Amino acid sequence: MTKGFRLAFRAVVVLLAILATLLMASVILWMIGADVAATFYTICFEPLTRMLHISEVLIRAIPLCIIAIGISVAYRSGIINIGAEGQMAMGILAFTGAALAFPDVPRPLLLPLALLASMIGGGVWGFIPGILKARLNVSELLSTVMLNYIAAQFYSLCLRTIYLDPAEQVDGTGTPQSMRLTENVWLGRITGRLHFGILIALVLAVLIFILMWKTSIGFKMRASGSCARAARYGGISVGFYVAASMIISGAFAGLAGGVELAGVHRRAIEGITNNYGFSGVVVALFGGLHPFGIIPASFFFGLMIYGSTLAPSKVGVPANIVQVMQGIIIIVIVTAQMVLSNAYLQDRIWRKYQALRKKEA
Amino acid sequence: MEDKIRSLRMEHISKRFPGVLASDDISISVGEGEVLALVGENGAGKTTLMNILMGLYQPDEGRILINDEEVRFRGPEDAFRAGLGMVHQTYMLVPNMTVTENIALGYKAAWKPFRLDMKAVRDRVVEISSRYGLAVNPDAYIWQLSVGEQQKVELVKTLCLGARFLILDEPTSALTPQEVDELIVLLHKMTEELSIIFISHKLQEVKALSNKVTILRHGKVVFSGNTDDYSSQEIAAKMTGHEIILPKNSGSPSDGPVALSIKDLVVMSDRKTVALDHLSLDVRAGEIIGLAGVSGNGQRELAEAINGLRRTESGSISFFGKEISNSTPHGIIEAGMGYIPEERNVEGIVPSFSIRENLILKDSDSPQFSKGVFLDSRKIESTASSLVERFDVRCPGTATAAGSLSGGNIQKVILAREIERRPKFLIAVYPTRGLDMGAVEFIHQKLLAIRDSGIGILLISEELDEIMDLSDRIAVIYKGSIQRVLSKLEATRERLGILMAGVREES
Repeated sequence: MTKGFRLAFRAVVVLLAILATLLMASVILWMIGADVAATFYTICFEPLTRMLHISEVLIRAIPLCIIAIGISVAYRSGIINIGAEGQMAMGILAFTGAALAFPDVPRPLLLPLALLASMIGGGVWGFIPGILKARLNVSELLSTVMLNYIAAQFYSLCLRTIYLDPAEQVDGTGTPQSMRLTENVWLGRITGRLHFGILIALVLAVLIFILMWKTSIGFKMRASGSCARAARYGGISVGFYVAASMIISGAFAGLAGGVELAGVHRRAIEGITNNYGFSGVVVALFGGLHPFGIIPASFFFGLMIYGSTLAPSKVGVPANIVQVMQGIIIIVIVTAQMVLSNAYLQDRIWRKYQALRKKEA
Repeated sequence: MEDKIRSLRMEHISKRFPGVLASDDISISVGEGEVLALVGENGAGKTTLMNILMGLYQPDEGRILINDEEVRFRGPEDAFRAGLGMVHQTYMLVPNMTVTENIALGYKAAWKPFRLDMKAVRDRVVEISSRYGLAVNPDAYIWQLSVGEQQKVELVKTLCLGARFLILDEPTSALTPQEVDELIVLLHKMTEELSIIFISHKLQEVKALSNKVTILRHGKVVFSGNTDDYSSQEIAAKMTGHEIILPKNSGSPSDGPVALSIKDLVVMSDRKTVALDHLSLDVRAGEIIGLAGVSGNGQRELAEAINGLRRTESGSISFFGKEISNSTPHGIIEAGMGYIPEERNVEGIVPSFSIRENLILKDSDSPQFSKGVFLDSRKIESTASSLVERFDVRCPGTATAAGSLSGGNIQKVILAREIERRPKFLIAVYPTRGLDMGAVEFIHQKLLAIRDSGIGILLISEELDEIMDLSDRIAVIYKGSIQRVLSKLEATRERLGILMAGVREES
């Protein structure tokens, strides 16, 4: 098989995938009577036309990236963490708590302290399903989802009671939110609302790559995840690494919450988690469970999330329809990946192609 | 009853997989009442060829003729309808259903609207089993049956579904010697009514059962002829391309210290029944003890208990004087235990890991392969490539996923890792199960070399030849305890077979 043929094969598959997506999405848009071309432009290209838009895309990519990297660590170690949403909420609470408790500590100390607190908050919330799985073999799908509910309610409770902004109490409006946090826990901004959390995400990606592929700890984690029986046979304490991976995963989700608070909102309000915890699972899988795949994947998802917020105002297409289209895009991409990795199909087409050429000659 | 299959021919069959020609212009033919043995090493293309015959794969070229008429099988359904039936190497039976229920799964004649005619199925089972002399209890649950009995169920199932031509994929690989003899008699009787193709690499059976033999190597037919005209040695040589002489343990008995001493060990099985019942056994340094027995008599549990992978209820395991029962697997590895596990594909290796990663499975944090927590990839790679070469692992490179290798090569990777760690003792469980002669020869040589270097080996196997070739002493396990320990000189096939069947000797 020649190199040219392989390249052409890939190109044709990708082209067909794009065509299929466009076709399906167009049918849906046409059915609701939207301007098909303008909608595509708004979702896919408009967010890339101005620096302001790009920075908004990146803001959404940052928590996705941090969460997805954490999820990939757990996934590689054999535990599927769909509790990042709750872990992120707990991280936000811990971050807020640290900021409210020590408002006068100088920034070089308080910011790292608060971020560490958010990691501990999320880490504890990740440790619970981790240790339950390791010791009692409790399904993480159950425990993480249930802990999500608990965290969500606990989060609401805190915002309405101990964290409630005293000003709200005085005014009596009672919006459930904390007071504006001290400037000592703010992350600096680069442009627009884009904050330095992006550097944190990139550094973490590199650190996790090193951890998972360059150290014996990562080796043991991956062995536990790929084949627990063989890992146990090899003297690896599988339960320990499963629990450890969930602490890391939870800590990352918690940190994503802390960074989001420090960089964007700067006070705890409702809805910060914004389903990032669930999208993070998709981003992690989409990025091939590898930090360097997750970086572009989180950018892509940031683009789609932001695009869907633009569509209602620009072209009058409801955000729900945009989510439907995103679903289609994801399915098509996954299918295309499967087709591309099918060496047997490629081989068969190569032989058909050769037979065709022989006939012509 | 439809027509008999008087002749079956596959002509010029070729089948390509990415990067390999799995079948290269293969032709075979089987006449009425004939038994064709399809022989070859692992990866020679036997199973591929049979999968083509059963319609699981489509051939790229070539055709299949039954009674001189060309047939096309789009799937296994078509092949069943034409009267072909295959018994796979791993049995496809549902353990918590009865024999009749299992057969009803595929017996469409009994599928009435809204109900299953179980009586019709049962009658059919009784009819078939009496006609071919296959004694099975139609109401027994599969999990209650021994492996040999399960195989009979598979045969009955295949025949009930209307097979008039049998294809058997390594039918004897899990049977005791007695069961093998019984099967051979049975199959002989069956040839009065039907023809058989059977896949094997055990030459005694080929000699005992077949009229014709076809030998495959690298996807090609290298030889076809009448079985009676050739000796086992000649067939073996044609199969591997060179003369195979399995090495034998000719050393004198070891007088080394006791390395592993097991006393009154009690261990539970997964089903919470007693798997090891006060088992006691001593193994010296520098000797090979063969543990003979039909699989399922506690061998797996014994190996797991010694290696810390299964809790022991009572009794002791002393390893060079140190008590190791209920230690962690890591602690036991550190104490110097080497272990070749039964399930090489999912326990001995991490299938998705590369060969070089699998070679450091037990040593990722030893100073040999890492500095602090950081892996030393250069050292890992150089060690891996030298091991791959020394152990003759056939692979594209050390980055190849270990799970993509053939069984023999996987076993070589495991062997390389276990030997290279320089253990003080080695436990080898079914080390050559399902491997071809070339790989068996290699592994036997290595095991004997380890023994000669003064290391004790507990060899768990159901192959009597393997046990008798390699062992200094032979212990027979039955229902979780040791029946008897024989010296190399005392042991004969017959005596071991009787002990394995649970008959106690007057001593």
